[in-house]
Amino acid sequence: MRIESFAAFEGYVEDARARFAARQSEVLVCCGTGCLANGAAAVAEAFAAALEGAPAQVKTFTKRTGCHGFCERGPLVVLRPAGVLYTKVKPRDVAEIVDKTIQGGTVIPRLLYKEPVSGQRIQHYQEVPFYKHQTRVAMRRIGLIDPTDIDDAIAHGAYRGLVKALTMTPEAVLAEVAASGLRGRGGAGFPTARKWRSCRSAKGERKFILCNGDEGDPGAFKDRSIMEGDPHSVLEGMIIGGWAVGAHEGIIYVRDEYPLAVVNLTLAIAQARDRGLLGSNILGTGFDFDIRISRGGGAFVCGESSALMRSLEGKVGEPRAKYVHATDRGLYDLPTVLNNVETWADVGAILEHGGAWFAAMGTEKSKGTKAFSLVGKVKNTGLIELPMGTTLRQIIYDIGGGVIGDRPFKAVQTGGPSGGCVPEALLDLPVDYEKLTEAGSMMGSGGMIVMDDRTCMVDVARYFLKFLTEESCGKCVPCREGLHQMLVIFDDLVAGRGKGGDIERIERLSRGMQLGSLCELGKSAPNPVLSTLRYFREEYVAHVERRECPAGICRDLTTYEIMPQTCDGCHACFKACPVAAITGKVKELHVIHQDKCISCGACYDACPTQAIRFLPKHEMAARGVA
Amino acid sequence: MNTEPVGVVTMTIDGKPVKARAGAFLLEAARAAGIHIPTLCHHEALEPYGGCRLCVVDVTEEGWDGWCKMVIACQFPVKDGLIVFTNSERVLETRRVVLDLLLARCPDTPLIQGLAARYGITETSYQRNPEPTDCILCALCTRVCDHIGVSAIATVNRGIGREVAPPFGEAPPDCIGCLACAEICPTHCIPYTTSDSSRTIWGKTFQMLRCPACGRAHITVEQARHFAGHGGVSESYFTLCDACKRTQMAATFQRLQALPTASAGGGR
Repeated sequence: MRIESFAAFEGYVEDARARFAARQSEVLVCCGTGCLANGAAAVAEAFAAALEGAPAQVKTFTKRTGCHGFCERGPLVVLRPAGVLYTKVKPRDVAEIVDKTIQGGTVIPRLLYKEPVSGQRIQHYQEVPFYKHQTRVAMRRIGLIDPTDIDDAIAHGAYRGLVKALTMTPEAVLAEVAASGLRGRGGAGFPTARKWRSCRSAKGERKFILCNGDEGDPGAFKDRSIMEGDPHSVLEGMIIGGWAVGAHEGIIYVRDEYPLAVVNLTLAIAQARDRGLLGSNILGTGFDFDIRISRGGGAFVCGESSALMRSLEGKVGEPRAKYVHATDRGLYDLPTVLNNVETWADVGAILEHGGAWFAAMGTEKSKGTKAFSLVGKVKNTGLIELPMGTTLRQIIYDIGGGVIGDRPFKAVQTGGPSGGCVPEALLDLPVDYEKLTEAGSMMGSGGMIVMDDRTCMVDVARYFLKFLTEESCGKCVPCREGLHQMLVIFDDLVAGRGKGGDIERIERLSRGMQLGSLCELGKSAPNPVLSTLRYFREEYVAHVERRECPAGICRDLTTYEIMPQTCDGCHACFKACPVAAITGKVKELHVIHQDKCISCGACYDACPTQAIRFLPKHEMAARGVA
Repeated sequence: MNTEPVGVVTMTIDGKPVKARAGAFLLEAARAAGIHIPTLCHHEALEPYGGCRLCVVDVTEEGWDGWCKMVIACQFPVKDGLIVFTNSERVLETRRVVLDLLLARCPDTPLIQGLAARYGITETSYQRNPEPTDCILCALCTRVCDHIGVSAIATVNRGIGREVAPPFGEAPPDCIGCLACAEICPTHCIPYTTSDSSRTIWGKTFQMLRCPACGRAHITVEQARHFAGHGGVSESYFTLCDACKRTQMAATFQRLQALPTASAGGGR
């Protein structure tokens, strides 16, 4: 059904709201990728089947929503209107939930989230610390709506920002976005309004609005969740962008590894066209804007703007010099605005609530909220959104619940392969673009990887180098040859083949790559190296000069032994060892056989009495133990 | 390009005032002013590529408070008032890193050895390529092939595994055997053989067209067909070799000059 005017849209919203308000009770089953992997689809089916035959007075609808964020505890189920959150729900729990909670009105304590410190069970999802500290803008509707139903999105506020924008002049829209202080959420933080303004003033009739959904950093999944969980927020932002800059064509570049995002976006586009919110003569205003999807072929570098545009043109996705901005000559050499998924998702909310509302959140130069994927050695893994300026400590401890096993915190890696590691001393750093850059890291894709004391920083840097070595397109010398040679040096370091002068060679090469590389992939590739060198130089020195890995991670430098006075013969190490290098009977002393041990550390992590210690291989060798 | 700027801009390169054609790139402007900037992947006939990074220079402008931006001369557009440093310490250092890396890749290649030596590098600081190659991946070969309209070869694979190859590593079906790739290669590392009867390159063998006048094998059959198809001339145009065509044309002119009417109406 086409909506032909603003007045008709208001009527449509009322209808949709009334329809959803009539649903007295809903079961929201998280069908984000994490929960689906844990069996959420079967849970949703079980609810649908169980509720179909339920008596009319407890008419409850089952809704498959996007990612609720709390992936660690999935599959997640929220019961509305009570707001009860059940975690790790299995299909076999469904009958009990329907019986006791939906029909009986009592909660099932076993399925509630247990606060790890107090041991208290928390009933309402908004009381769970993971959710309590969040402010959601880009992710405002994710988890509340069925992403495959545009009416659900509209009932929850979708396209209100667009309606407002279309009643304003493009100049006024630009001013509103400028007032919000919104900066690019892809990581570089370029002021969005300034980008739009240059494109608007660029010469040419044909202009493009692009959405970068090629999120590829290890550990990052915020864009994925937005595209999967609320595709309309992306479409709405892009249409507003088109109105502001005078473009009529939009393309969403999505990685093909995100199949659910492709499906949900495709559906959303079809439904928006059907309602007259996309296509020609949007809402009867005479404004035309359409969006299509282009699926990426899997190259990480295609997330770089110029490579992305080449890929869209059907050429090999390799970067080119950007001395002329894409806003002047971008896709097909025509004026182009490229923004990240999260940036587009923010735009609708900014138009709806006003730039000042957005700018009231955040820090001096970084306004609004920011989505992060919180992963690694943190208790509450998941997807979060918070006001800029929230400290790393708040993120990792208040929301993340601290380090797994309450081990000592060592560092947090932000910004993916272009970012860096921030040490414990900087835990009170307010997270914004400037502060992270000053600390030698960057905002990047919003990935946050928490690391505990069982992390070797040389090994971490090597991991990112290896990733980038495989993803460098190879067009320019400093990135192609530089990354390869850097990885050669790091391979030597972790294998105990480090040489004097290695650290200096690393620094010199890093500088050459930063200055000489063609695109940001190569320019920022040394960041993980330089930030770990800056905060953990001693670990590098230990690897080079003493052939030791202080964290006991690098296998070629580390051996493990059982301390006889502490071992109580619990047999845990025996079970953990993947290569049967440990012998010993229950309640007797266990022994690690060095000839078989592969130094993986599984026994060390499994031992409940800390009876296993690691030591440098050369020390063990000096003892003459075989 | 949408609009071609017209006119002349004035810049300062290494302290020397330089005038340049608006719309030109820095490299062209510097070379016209006699200022040398090294390059490995640049060729006047082809679009700038920006792969070798050897032509890095520092640029700044009035009002930048001395802050410099490092750019590549082959792709950075000239601009009025631009101040360029082609030999600042960090420019030289970046070139040294690039050449050091290239010397590790191509330790036995005279062109790289010579350039590196000019920047004080005789031995690479990095791991010497266990399988030395002469290919510096400047992509001049693939770009000239594209330029001719053939695109028989391309760069394949990513990162350090990148190489120049025909599709699937097999004899390229589109190759016309023109040798442009081999001729443009700055390190002469594309092997080929050519004789009066046949030519072989990229694993594909071509039959040669012989000039009926001098007997020299001057072009492949596929080449004649390609140029006839793209140049608006007939294939028979390529029957004679260029030298014999010139000889024939000269003879025609001589004949025309010998004609009384032609000499009377002369003065060309």
